[in-house]
Amino acid sequence: MENDLTVWLSKSFGLFYLIAMSIGIVAYAYWPSNKKQFDDAAQSILGNEDRPWR
Amino acid sequence: MIAQLTKSERQLALVILLAITICGLAMGIAGRDDPLGVHGAIVILAGLAGIFGVIYAYYEPEPSEARLALYYDDPSKVGIILAMGWVLIGLFIGDWVAWQLVFPNLTFDAGWSSFGRIRPAHTSAVIFGFGGNALIATSFYVLQRTSRARLPDQLSPWFVLLGYNLFCIIAATGYLMGVTQSKEYAEPEWYADIWLVVVWVAYFIIYLRTLVRRKEPHIYVSNWYYMAFILVVAILHIVNNLAVPVSWGHAKSYSAFSGVQDAMTQWWYGHNAVAFFLTSGFLGMMYYYMPIRAGRPIFSYRLSIISFWGITFMYMWAGSHHLHYTALPQWVQTLGMTFSIMLLVPSWASAGNALLTLNGAWHKVRDDATLRFMMVAAVFYGLSTFEGSFMAIRSVNSLSHYTDWTVGHVHAGALGWVAMITFGSIYASVPWLWKRERMYSDRLVEWHFWLALSGTLVYVFAMWNSGIIQGLMWRTYTESGTLAYSFVDSVAAMRPYYIARAIGGLMFLSGAVIGCVNIWMTIRAAHQPADERLADRPVPRPAGVPAFQPGE
Repeated sequence: MENDLTVWLSKSFGLFYLIAMSIGIVAYAYWPSNKKQFDDAAQSILGNEDRPWR
Repeated sequence: MIAQLTKSERQLALVILLAITICGLAMGIAGRDDPLGVHGAIVILAGLAGIFGVIYAYYEPEPSEARLALYYDDPSKVGIILAMGWVLIGLFIGDWVAWQLVFPNLTFDAGWSSFGRIRPAHTSAVIFGFGGNALIATSFYVLQRTSRARLPDQLSPWFVLLGYNLFCIIAATGYLMGVTQSKEYAEPEWYADIWLVVVWVAYFIIYLRTLVRRKEPHIYVSNWYYMAFILVVAILHIVNNLAVPVSWGHAKSYSAFSGVQDAMTQWWYGHNAVAFFLTSGFLGMMYYYMPIRAGRPIFSYRLSIISFWGITFMYMWAGSHHLHYTALPQWVQTLGMTFSIMLLVPSWASAGNALLTLNGAWHKVRDDATLRFMMVAAVFYGLSTFEGSFMAIRSVNSLSHYTDWTVGHVHAGALGWVAMITFGSIYASVPWLWKRERMYSDRLVEWHFWLALSGTLVYVFAMWNSGIIQGLMWRTYTESGTLAYSFVDSVAAMRPYYIARAIGGLMFLSGAVIGCVNIWMTIRAAHQPADERLADRPVPRPAGVPAFQPGE
């Protein structure tokens, strides 16, 4: 792989896929219908139960 | 250990151990007088010890079905004990190395004890021996609880834990014999590297198999961090260690890369070893143990997701900041510098998330040294990620690079963040694992905490001073345009700081010795009638109910 090609790739695709991914992740994290799932997850580790569910 | 294996698992264990012994034999025959032969003997001994262990208990009754109603915690227990053993070895060698810089005669005129050999023994013992065992032990613990599923079988966790420790022993003994690839944090030679790949794949498969059997629909964020740690370390390890051995009977190998490509691959590996070995896995630890110990859910679960993806994808590009002002193309250096600065966002998101979780539980931080270990870890995580971003800036790096400032930065992270969160998590989980009401002595936990904190501060301040003085002396010119100081002048100026650093390290080591005694006494304490885990684990309060402080 030549240096010029690497530079071109990182300045085009490399820039935009990271920006697109960041937008996607923030949207996923703050999507209103996901809120309950995340709140439940945060609570799920608290509690005294210490056996696998079967 | 063996009694918990089913009949077929005992048979499979024998087959695996026999294969390991045969590999050791082949290494011994092919290696002969080479260090590879010595490592063959070590592998044979490990394999034979395992075979005798399995045969000794082979006819014990099989475990009952009742085991499936419980989590499988024995590998975690042994992992914690091994981690505490390795930390003593690693910190002792580290402090010895530190004193060698003050008194060079402390090599005692032997080759194996020279600085260049025991320094990697120190880094590997603390990073891989202590950190790795702690990560394996806590990841099995957290994985089962958050998935509400038992580990898939009884054999593979032992294969991963004990196989990993065999790798650590081969690595450490190799350095003392002068076996090294001369790549920082990737020193072990090709045969050790191949073995680690086998162990690591088995580790990842355990993770996937348990997650497939999970009863909790959502995969808790800690597991994401642990999985990133396992997966990315595998990728880094395989690529950076691509090498061709001189022959099958020779420990020495030559890297598949050369010149600046070799340097770039090494620091892509090296910096991501910091990111995924020393950060990602320990963040997984923090996101589980800190909320439980504080009795409060994580401040923002959504922020933890955003920081996860930020850390995972940005760290990948930061490695080239280790190669400022080298033959590496300028734009690659700038890329690494830019990503290092952007990394401050997800890093501080995690540190802030951790500290905000403690809002409403600060009275617990005051009273409970275990939670205080975790709090201080989060503070040091924030400090050292800021410092790291700062040092990655090219003009700052021109002063800091090749000086003790780098050493200070690494230890702010390794002692302040990694070791503190690990000690906190170990103190939290030892009573739960061994079904004790609490640690043997809370006072000893306090002693450990204050020794660890003051040792870290002494160490880091000594290295900041030393590094900046060193950097300035190297770039001070006289009126006639020549260097004002010779290199030896700068070495002589370091001596007081080297003494301070070695004392700081000694304090940190003393704290770890106290910790080992405390854990040992907790394990030895008479069995307390604790049905599940209780007492030491705060009962969580429903959200919105205020916590009353004493005296309110």
